[in-house]
Amino acid sequence: MREMGAKALKLGIPLGVQLDLTYRCNERCVHCYLDHDDHGEMTTAEIRDLLDQLAAAGVFFLILSGGEIFLRKDLFEIVEYARKLMFSVKLKTNAVMIRKAKAKRIAALGVESVQISVYSHRAEVHDAITKLPGSFRRTIEGARLLKSNGVRVSFANVLMKHNAGDYPEVQALAAELGVGYNVDATITPMMDGDRSILDLNIAPAALEQVFHNSTLVGNAEEFCAPPSGPLAQADALDTLPCSAGHTACYVSPYGDVYPCVQFPLPSGNVRKTRFLDIWQHSPQLKEVRAITMADLQGCSSCTHGSSCSRCPGLAYMEGNMRGPSTQDCEKSFARTGVPSANLLRKQAATARQEPASGAGTPSPLSAKHTVIWMAAQS
Amino acid sequence: MNANRYIARAADVAARMIGGEMMIMSGADSSLYSLNETASILWQAADGVTPLAQIVERHICADYAVDPATALRDAEELAQDLARHGILLLADAPVPDATLRDTVPPARESP
Ligand code: SF4
Ligand code: SF4
Repeated sequence: MREMGAKALKLGIPLGVQLDLTYRCNERCVHCYLDHDDHGEMTTAEIRDLLDQLAAAGVFFLILSGGEIFLRKDLFEIVEYARKLMFSVKLKTNAVMIRKAKAKRIAALGVESVQISVYSHRAEVHDAITKLPGSFRRTIEGARLLKSNGVRVSFANVLMKHNAGDYPEVQALAAELGVGYNVDATITPMMDGDRSILDLNIAPAALEQVFHNSTLVGNAEEFCAPPSGPLAQADALDTLPCSAGHTACYVSPYGDVYPCVQFPLPSGNVRKTRFLDIWQHSPQLKEVRAITMADLQGCSSCTHGSSCSRCPGLAYMEGNMRGPSTQDCEKSFARTGVPSANLLRKQAATARQEPASGAGTPSPLSAKHTVIWMAAQS
Repeated sequence: MNANRYIARAADVAARMIGGEMMIMSGADSSLYSLNETASILWQAADGVTPLAQIVERHICADYAVDPATALRDAEELAQDLARHGILLLADAPVPDATLRDTVPPARESP
């Protein structure tokens, strides 16, 4: 897989694309970053044409997501066409609408895997997050049906204040059903930049527990090891921040192309320009590609530089794609107990703005928008 | 050796030509395979209805100046190997359903 990625990078091939088919949804999750209105989704014909273009551009991994993808009446036509073009197709869904016939059809289409959002093992907690009564029961039933039809299933368990302590039981439920499990403590800002939902992030103590749980992070000792200093200058010149815009990108239901679903830098629209032209010639994607770790203001000299999972998309949403992502600074602090210079600066600024909020210097972990972490994200 | 054998791409694989190499992901266990040039030619021609002998004659013998009997024997060995990995079907009769998938579009590369 690594070799394939290296080859794609060398040849300039977009190996993986996430295509959101709709932002409409039958749930109204409290932490969702999307506006659920339909502002003119691509038609079936437009999506088929786009899939042809993606295949010709060399895309191998196709993630179909939303919104809730099963709200599109043409979903199976789209998946069938994608499989005919031999993409490795992964579906992301809440599984509420999956019943016997749909599960069978997904299995027959040779879909690589289905990722299902599950928030708690307690129906009342899950349903309070999705705001859809009965959703837990239906979601679990959908997962069981997929599994019994031989489909690879995994649970995506986003953590927030409402469900912070439930993940061991969700993990156990996944094991009982024989499906995969990923925890994700990433509550990201809304697509329009609204950061209010970040208040839902779990408390620092809960996050630290997650970080020190080897069943979630792999080797916790290694994961939480003290920072090993900035990247060496030679490595910093060669090292790319992440796959966004290099071997992967994101396409919205309206045909807008971005470097990543979490990096809302408008880079073109497939309704106006062929996908490959956008991929190869968009000034925005070229700019993203030109950035190496050595160019990152603050991060290139940061003590966490060689181990931080800095997300350029989150940095962009903070106002500077070459700058630090404070959410990742918080993450690095929670892993290691060592604050970055950027985090200390932010803390000082917050303290100046909120003189009445308490005496003394606040702990970096008391930051308003606490730590973000994404487990098992390749 | 049966000259009337047929080869068809397995229905649950993912595949794409990347940089002149056919990359295939098995549907059974997500293992990744990369095929060399001649194996890629066989794979792309594996429509389930054209006899293997005909594929070899048309696509291998013509382009690689190799004797047909040797080419067919090698092709059958290769097909058996791919079949063992679950990414190709090898049958004594046509497998018409496999025609659902046309040839895999090649990846264009950046200039
Ligand atoms: S680090 Fe951020 S921008 Fe890069 S791929 Fe991950 S989510 Fe996307
Ligand atoms: S995001 Fe923060 S912790 Fe990470 S390298 Fe940049 S400054 Fe350091």
